Amino acid sequence: MDLTYTEEEQDFRARLREWLAAALPTLPPRPDPLDWPARRAYDTAWQRRLYDAGYAGLHWPADAGGRGATPTQHLIFLEETELAGAPYVGANFVGLLHAGPTIAAEGTPEQRARWLPPILSGDEVWCQGFSEPDAGSDLASLRTRAVRDGDTYIVTGSKIWTSHAEVADWCELLVRTEPVSAAVPRHRGITWLAMPMNAPGVTVRPLRTLTGTAEFAEMFLDEVRVPVANRVGDENDGWRVTMVTLFFERGTAFVGEVVACRRTLRALAAAARANGRWDDQELRRTLGRLNAEFTALWRLTQWNVSAAQRTGGAQGVPGNGGSVFKLRYSHARQELYDAAARVLGPGSLDLSHDWTPDRLSSLSYTIAAGTSQIQWNIVAERILGLPKGR
Amino acid sequence: MDFRLTGDQRALQAGVRALLEGRFGRERLRAAVGKPGPGPNPPLDRALWRELGDAGFFALRLPAKDGGVGLGLPEAVLAFEEAGRALLPGPLVATHLAAGTLPGAATGESVVTWVDGELVEWLDAADCVLGPGNAAGAVPVRSVDPLTPLHRVPAGADGARAAPAPGAACRSEAAVAALLTAAEQLGSAARTTEAAVQYAGEREQFGRSIGAFQAVKQLCAQMLVRTEVTRSAVYGAAVTGDPVEIAGAKLLADDAAVRNARDCLQVHGGMGFTWEADVHLHLKRAWVRAERWPTAGEAADVLAGALL
Ligand SMILES: Cc1cc2nc3c(=O)[nH]c(=O)nc-3n(C[C@H](O)[C@H](O)[C@H](O)COP(=O)(O)OP(=O)(O)OC[C@H]3O[C@@H](n4cnc5c(N)ncnc54)[C@H](O)[C@@H]3O)c2cc1C
Repeated sequence: MDLTYTEEEQDFRARLREWLAAALPTLPPRPDPLDWPARRAYDTAWQRRLYDAGYAGLHWPADAGGRGATPTQHLIFLEETELAGAPYVGANFVGLLHAGPTIAAEGTPEQRARWLPPILSGDEVWCQGFSEPDAGSDLASLRTRAVRDGDTYIVTGSKIWTSHAEVADWCELLVRTEPVSAAVPRHRGITWLAMPMNAPGVTVRPLRTLTGTAEFAEMFLDEVRVPVANRVGDENDGWRVTMVTLFFERGTAFVGEVVACRRTLRALAAAARANGRWDDQELRRTLGRLNAEFTALWRLTQWNVSAAQRTGGAQGVPGNGGSVFKLRYSHARQELYDAAARVLGPGSLDLSHDWTPDRLSSLSYTIAAGTSQIQWNIVAERILGLPKGR
Repeated sequence: MDFRLTGDQRALQAGVRALLEGRFGRERLRAAVGKPGPGPNPPLDRALWRELGDAGFFALRLPAKDGGVGLGLPEAVLAFEEAGRALLPGPLVATHLAAGTLPGAATGESVVTWVDGELVEWLDAADCVLGPGNAAGAVPVRSVDPLTPLHRVPAGADGARAAPAPGAACRSEAAVAALLTAAEQLGSAARTTEAAVQYAGEREQFGRSIGAFQAVKQLCAQMLVRTEVTRSAVYGAAVTGDPVEIAGAKLLADDAAVRNARDCLQVHGGMGFTWEADVHLHLKRAWVRAERWPTAGEAADVLAGALL
């Protein structure tokens, strides 16, 4: 067990720090959270900067346009960018963390050449069209239909909770190409398509979240024509194609956030000290316990990354171990912002304090990317080997 | 960075597990526990103590030139994790800490205990008492844990727990003791997770194994999450040796051991409430270890202080 970094890794960290110190002061001011086009422009401009500096797709394999960096270098990148206060992936999330890795793993050479470079350079933004009004946790019950017509699919149906759909160029879409029947189980008959968001028949209607901003949208698809060439993987094999990378969302996706939470925790302690609530032993100990919690989550991240490094998993932290992390982290994050509310006291009802909207958005963590209940099922069935159930 | 067990560490882990299964397997454990009821405190098994000494359990961190094994804190943590799994009785942490300073501790010829607060474990069996407290006048307690005799230091005596004494050496000793206790708690938490999962797979009700019920699955999954988060915390603290990180590891490990034992008990139903099932032994020992410094409140104070 070794937590020290090699000379090469330290060198990488030092160069990155230097670059960040020069790059960050030149950033434009953060955009209004209600202005999605401005947010897209801000997020993609930052991605472009990373791309030009050679930091985009750091851990992607070289033949996918990446740098083939080790999982540890990727961890250092995520840690340092957060410590320096760099922008979060934002609108680039789906492209960089899900659709991109899926195409890199399962796409043809032509598909990789078409879609991966603009993801890395920030030129194109992706969204994820998986969930439907009647298919959430039970994703495999999705009903959006694609019917083959020569060299195109005609897609009809609706999607929901599609994050940043308003500003996306592409949607990684799961569709049903074969109806469920006695012969076709639910997980078969699903196909993965790259759908251009400007195709005729695509209607996006933003949905306001409880934070007041429109983070996600409904999508109505009315006979949208998607070329068969946009299919990644075989017809009816989309479930497997998706699962290859779905778990990345639960692996290193939260590294930067854990770093940020540790900083927030110190800020909470300082604020409590300043406003006198530090004298409340119960609150103080809650902050102490959260210190243990986030330190452990950081160590768990290093543990998972080391495992990925050993197995040569260039893509980050795959597998069900991410579920263990996600379960604990999502709850810890909610506890952190509940503690923030106690530090703020009545001020916790004032939206102009950052911690208040952050507390609101923390509520989504036990739902998005697989609810806690579903994660518990995954841990119980796939790690502990308990019998499957519905 | 390679925060995983090395081949040597895995071999050590397997070796200690095999040793304890051979020397202190379930039958020995149950024989040591005996029947409930009043009676003399269980004696410490001196032969087993010397076997542990021979195996290097106490001398693990002593330099080879002093007759030790020459390993570090991470290795000691792995050994103590196994001890926690096996419910190995005795003042293991104190004797391990005394190796190299107290004659006979390294070899298991001496039994050493520790006093830093109200409770003293294994006082009658001990040849020597270390620690910042004072065990004079301690009176026996009817210990909840059948395999950990306890004495209580009278209130107001100078054994009352102080924050670890100012001397740096003493503080670092207390921190190592806390870390090794956390490692024992980790082993217990992992063991009760396994026991619960195994029982959930075997026991049938309503025509299916109870492990198919989501409520049972959720208990088991939460046990695993607690165990694995604790493992990262304990191993991380072992590598850095940082006292604040150690306090965090102890806090999480106490919580995991106690809550996992309770969930394990729940999964076992009526069987879990019996003397015959081992789960109560894990719970009771976890309670005893949770009382060692730092308790949850004391650890949280250390961790909070470090935020400023
Ligand atoms: C902020 C945010 C962003 C999102 N972004 C996207 C996106 O970009 N693209 C996309 O496709 N989706 C997205 N989602 C959707 C998300 O994946 C779903 O909300 C999630 O999978 C849950 O589905 P649901 O909302 O239909 O809830 P349901 O599945 O209806 O669940 C309702 C409740 O029932 C419980 N439940 C359901 N099934 C079981 C079971 N088998 N066992 C136990 N309990 C069960 C759930 O845990 C939950 O508590 C996003 C969601 C949020 C909150």
